[in-house]
Amino acid sequence: METFYSYLIIFAVGGFICLLAQILIIRTKMTSSRILVLFVVIGAFLEGIQVFKYLEEFAGAGARVPIIGFGASLARGAIQGIKENGFLGLLAGPLSATAIGITVAVLGAYLFALIFKSRTKK
Amino acid sequence: MPDKQTVIFKNAPIIVGTFTVAGPKEKKGVFGDYFHLTLDNDLFGEKTFEKAECKMMETAIARAIEDAGKKDGDIDLLLGGDLLNQTVSSSFSARKFVIPYVGVYGACSTMAEELALAACLISGGSHKTIACATGSHFSSAERQYRFPLELGNQRPPTSQWTTTGTACAILEDGTNKKGVKITSATFGKVVDFGVIDVNNMGAAMAPAAFDSLKAHLANTHTSPDDYDLILTGDLGKMGQEILIDLCERDGIKLHKNYCDCGQMLFTNKQNTFMGASGCGCSAIILNSIIYDRLKSGKYKKVLYMATGALLSLVTSQQGESIPGIAHIVCLENC
Amino acid sequence: MDAKAREKGYLKYVDSKTPQTKMWPTLFYAFLVGGIICVIGEGLGDIAKLIWPTLAEQSISAITSAGLVFLASFLTGIGVYDKIGAFAGAGSIVPITGFSNSIASPAIEFKNEGFIFGMAAKMFVVAGPVIVNGLASAFVIGIIYFIFGI
Repeated sequence: METFYSYLIIFAVGGFICLLAQILIIRTKMTSSRILVLFVVIGAFLEGIQVFKYLEEFAGAGARVPIIGFGASLARGAIQGIKENGFLGLLAGPLSATAIGITVAVLGAYLFALIFKSRTKK
Repeated sequence: MPDKQTVIFKNAPIIVGTFTVAGPKEKKGVFGDYFHLTLDNDLFGEKTFEKAECKMMETAIARAIEDAGKKDGDIDLLLGGDLLNQTVSSSFSARKFVIPYVGVYGACSTMAEELALAACLISGGSHKTIACATGSHFSSAERQYRFPLELGNQRPPTSQWTTTGTACAILEDGTNKKGVKITSATFGKVVDFGVIDVNNMGAAMAPAAFDSLKAHLANTHTSPDDYDLILTGDLGKMGQEILIDLCERDGIKLHKNYCDCGQMLFTNKQNTFMGASGCGCSAIILNSIIYDRLKSGKYKKVLYMATGALLSLVTSQQGESIPGIAHIVCLENC
Repeated sequence: MDAKAREKGYLKYVDSKTPQTKMWPTLFYAFLVGGIICVIGEGLGDIAKLIWPTLAEQSISAITSAGLVFLASFLTGIGVYDKIGAFAGAGSIVPITGFSNSIASPAIEFKNEGFIFGMAAKMFVVAGPVIVNGLASAFVIGIIYFIFGI
């Protein structure tokens, strides 16, 4: 039962973040690229003011999976980098924290671009 | 005396052959049975969508020449235009023919622009037979103007669907001949009412359509009721309503005899929101069902007005508004 | 009437004519699909925990996002993700899967223009701005921490 509730919270929080973005798309006609940029910056900001970790504790993947989680990882990498290595750490931190996601995305795209062709829409 | 915007042809050129090629979605649309050739796969056996568009164009030109009972050598000039950068589809398809070629660009108004130009050249006496070809392809246009095809985003409710289709018409000197003739033409002015939204082409083009229509009716001393059909290019559902409103404010009443190709091409179930767009949209309808009905005498007089949105990706990214244009040709069976 | 006023009047008129997206159903679909993707993410993490119980929390979350990202680029390749997107809107744009889709879709789309200037160069047309802006804001936040020495 406990797992069910925690999954329900994850579902609700993740869904709610997407719902906010959908309202923005409808009201402002933003393209998907702009939405992603906006949410990444929001995520970094939330991490910066130390709010994101509470959200993550509360909702787990519901906070991490939306792109705000990516922004938060970037910011967390920057902050941790400073703590460990000072200014050089600030330069290295953000990308190291998100390296796995970006690398998998790039390699996945490479692999599937080799295999598949783009299809027309119906 | 009509002003310079409208040309009334003393020796009106005649359309002697047409051919249309349409894609799979168009096949399932309202006019699917009327097109001369429909494709089941919009790659048309080619590797890329651009190559497919080019091949569709070649096919339309070659088969239209056949339909007119002519050979390559009989054609004095080929007019071609499309949506791709540097109008490559037209010029590349012209490689296949030993016909002098002139590329024109009028965005989605290309067919009317070509017909009007060809009519001027023929009635002026410099050319006897001219082929007018144009077309567009959904997938090649989508990747040039918008996003990658596989990107998961929603289409806004004002957007239109670029037609996959090419068409070619052969025009000839019409002296002492009976058939479908181009009796007058109006070249449109570029009109810009400041619409910026690239997903709302209908609103950007409607003022241009109104401007040209008003000029044509005034210069030819006709009213909308004098035509069996007034056919606009790809204004779409919303653009069509705007044009009717604009005309009504000016005392021009568009009735049941007014139709828009973009609004008609697809069925409501095909999820195209405002309808179809693209060079091919009005071209494939005009050169199939409308031409047939003119030829059989079902229609006597049709006003064909194709509209174009003269934007590029760069201008819209720089925040420029979208200028529109509309060219008109009057087709009569006489 | 001068051109500016005419233009303004026309744009106002166009706005009044413009149909709105049907708000409620799309909001619901965005919520539903977005939520489901997050749940799948958590599920992946839980499975990883079962297989490697000693793994640190950070590695679990890395596995989660790597799994989702790979899954999304596969779905993009087989032509499914754009259909999900047409249905779910922001529900499939905002999760990390949407980020992956925005990298995989131009890669697949532009490979016809070659693997260097097509596939590789265009890979980041949509996702590039995300990484650039995310990195820049992370850097600014880092600088603030650096200066105030927290």
